[in-house]
Amino acid sequence: MAPLLQSSQPWVEKYRPRRVKDVAHQDEVIRVLTNTLETTNCPHMLFYGPPGTGKTTTALAIAHQLYGPELYKSRVLELNASDDRGINVVRTKIKNFAAVAVGSGHQGGYPCPPYKIIILDEADSMTEDAQNALRRTMETYSKVTRFFFICNYISRIIEPLASRCAKFRFKPLSEEIMSTRVLHICHEEGLNLDSEALSTLSSISQGDLRRAITFLQGAARLFGSSISSKDLISVSGVVPQEVVQALVAACKSGSFDSANKQVNNVIAEGYPVSQMLCQLFDLVVESDDVSDEQKARICKKLAESDKCLVDGADEYLQLLDSCSCMIKAFSNMPEGFSNEI
Amino acid sequence: MMGPFPSGPLKWLQEQPSSRLLRSFPASSSLLYTQHKRTPSPSPSKMLWVDKYRPKSLDKVLVHEDVAQNLKKLVTEQDCPHLLFYGPPGSGKKTLIMALLRQMFGAGAEKVKVENKNWKVDAGSRTIDLELTTLSSTHHVELNPSDAGFQDRYIVQEIIKEMAKNRPIDTKGKKGFKVLVLNEVDKLSREAQHSLRRTMEKYSASCRLILCCDSSSKVTEAVRSRCLNVRVSAPKEDQIVKVLEFIGKKEGLQLPPGFAARIAEKSGRSLRRAILSFETCRVQQYPFTNNQVISPMDWEEYVTEIAADIMKEQSPKRLFQVRGKLYELLVNCIPPEVILKRLLHELLKKLDSELKHEVCHWAAYYEHRMRLGQKAIFHIEAFVAKFMSIYKGFLIATFG
Ligand SMILES: Nc1ncnc2c1ncn2[C@@H]1O[C@H](COP(=O)(O)OP(=O)(O)OP(=O)(O)O)[C@@H](O)[C@H]1O
Ligand SMILES: [Mg+2]
Repeated sequence: MAPLLQSSQPWVEKYRPRRVKDVAHQDEVIRVLTNTLETTNCPHMLFYGPPGTGKTTTALAIAHQLYGPELYKSRVLELNASDDRGINVVRTKIKNFAAVAVGSGHQGGYPCPPYKIIILDEADSMTEDAQNALRRTMETYSKVTRFFFICNYISRIIEPLASRCAKFRFKPLSEEIMSTRVLHICHEEGLNLDSEALSTLSSISQGDLRRAITFLQGAARLFGSSISSKDLISVSGVVPQEVVQALVAACKSGSFDSANKQVNNVIAEGYPVSQMLCQLFDLVVESDDVSDEQKARICKKLAESDKCLVDGADEYLQLLDSCSCMIKAFSNMPEGFSNEI
Repeated sequence: MMGPFPSGPLKWLQEQPSSRLLRSFPASSSLLYTQHKRTPSPSPSKMLWVDKYRPKSLDKVLVHEDVAQNLKKLVTEQDCPHLLFYGPPGSGKKTLIMALLRQMFGAGAEKVKVENKNWKVDAGSRTIDLELTTLSSTHHVELNPSDAGFQDRYIVQEIIKEMAKNRPIDTKGKKGFKVLVLNEVDKLSREAQHSLRRTMEKYSASCRLILCCDSSSKVTEAVRSRCLNVRVSAPKEDQIVKVLEFIGKKEGLQLPPGFAARIAEKSGRSLRRAILSFETCRVQQYPFTNNQVISPMDWEEYVTEIAADIMKEQSPKRLFQVRGKLYELLVNCIPPEVILKRLLHELLKKLDSELKHEVCHWAAYYEHRMRLGQKAIFHIEAFVAKFMSIYKGFLIATFG
């Protein structure tokens, strides 16, 4: 076996846009940042949105474009969830970095504005205390330091911080944009993707471009340069439609035992239950022979189970509970339980 | 509802003859549930069959041949993405990972050493001492970060980062990447998972992660989105039979027709479990006979007993007795959710379909609560009490 020769990066990194204007689909923030490049004016920023929509990419790109490779190290502090960002770090490391004043003036063709940038990636995992400790720092040094907060859930950023920033929501990428990016990569890597495969890829990655690229690379390694829609599904972790249908059919039959059997099968096959719930949701909502009331009952339960899974609850029990609810909804049994004393 | 219990858990444990604890759960029970660590074994004859017959290369696997072939293709280029292996326990994830490492790095990946490493992590005002067992070769490091309990965040933050930063230099002086195998990522705390996100991107040139877990729903979306997900399904019964027959042949054993099939059927599609009980059968009685009992795991029998107790009588006194038995299971490292699921399984067998819905709902409810809480026993016990209440209500309504 040949040793792995040169190190090379996975495609997601290889195709990470280096310039702000190459970031797709997030027009609003791009407009503001392009402006920043010209005027060097920049507010504190807060980027939020689902995974793989370009938040980190954008923040890194603007920082590189503002300072260039030479100054980047001294002007930009990037801290993410893998760094300790407890209250102590906020009080020392961040504060010390923020306090230093820097000069301005173009250098090597880069704008080099007279402030530093602190990027706090994955800021939603910072404790509330640490966030609170940041408030003062932000205010005190706002002349010489700009903060970029990046997170998936804006609700986990305390209001006083959020209100000091210009907020930008990163939207899930539309299917069109996704296709354009994917086709670009296919072109670079010499891959062949038919239009069906392309639309499958866009739909299974649900607006997450990173996922789309990872699937594409996986499929390319496994199935060669001609990739079909089926190949993509097999690397994506999507539950095959037959399996979802079989589960719903078992629930419609009204038999608890056959539903239980299907649930056991889903677990043994290793399908992710969170994914299963999404697909059940789609199937139920779109079916014509289910009444609105039944749909409402089922959707409510699916949502509850999804939340429980996020809390770390057991996949089998949650899926079984959801199925039990579906059985009862399909056969219009009353919602509550009666037997307790 | 029931009143408070007359005595605390510790008291109860002291009252029990300790021999029972030791006798009722032989090693094989806990072997199913403790993460199965590889340690360099002295001689093959002393090895358990589950280890002895673990296929070493991707070409030799007897189940999941398709996955293995795909993995082989995946690593032909240098730019392989991070991988997340998921699938039910005992389905063969670890075997595939080990074979994959061998495929990537050759026999060098098998020369592993077990180390008990100590780290001092600077956490601002204090230093935290961490101790963790790692398994490493020159090409990879394997660890169970969740062993560090609530400090797993530091493991991820400091150690992984540091390892990923140090680029490996292989013998020919060429740079490559190192592989970091993280087991049980589904047990990692949220914080620890969050701190994996950027690390995975930042150091991807020098380090690939292979993550392994039973339940991928417990791995955050952001981490999953950074990996190629590899699903490892539980083997089908006929595949298990194939493996058992292979082992039988290697061991020079005579298998009566249908014998392997019976073990496979009882294994609940867990290959590890099938092989363990095959070996147990061999120890108990050889030559094999067709009517030889394939005994269930001891803990399972114990749960069956508990279920029968509950069905027979619903009273505070019975609840108290059951509590003792639940403790015994927990003390023997049977994971609480496994106990609860098994108990549900046993109870469902005996119930009218009308009651099944209700009981399965409460099982899900209390298991969820158990995740949020700290003491598993409270929640299992609450489930038992709930069941008793429901069942008694049902009996009164039906029979007066
Ligand atoms: N809008 C976009 N335009 C171009 N490429 C993108 C875009 N969004 C994501 N990508 C691609 O996806 C990869 C991951 O994007 P990025 O790291 O910016 O995601 P993120 O929004 O920070 O996600 P997370 O919340 O998980 O950290 C990039 O390397 C890039 O290849
Ligand atoms: Mg990011």
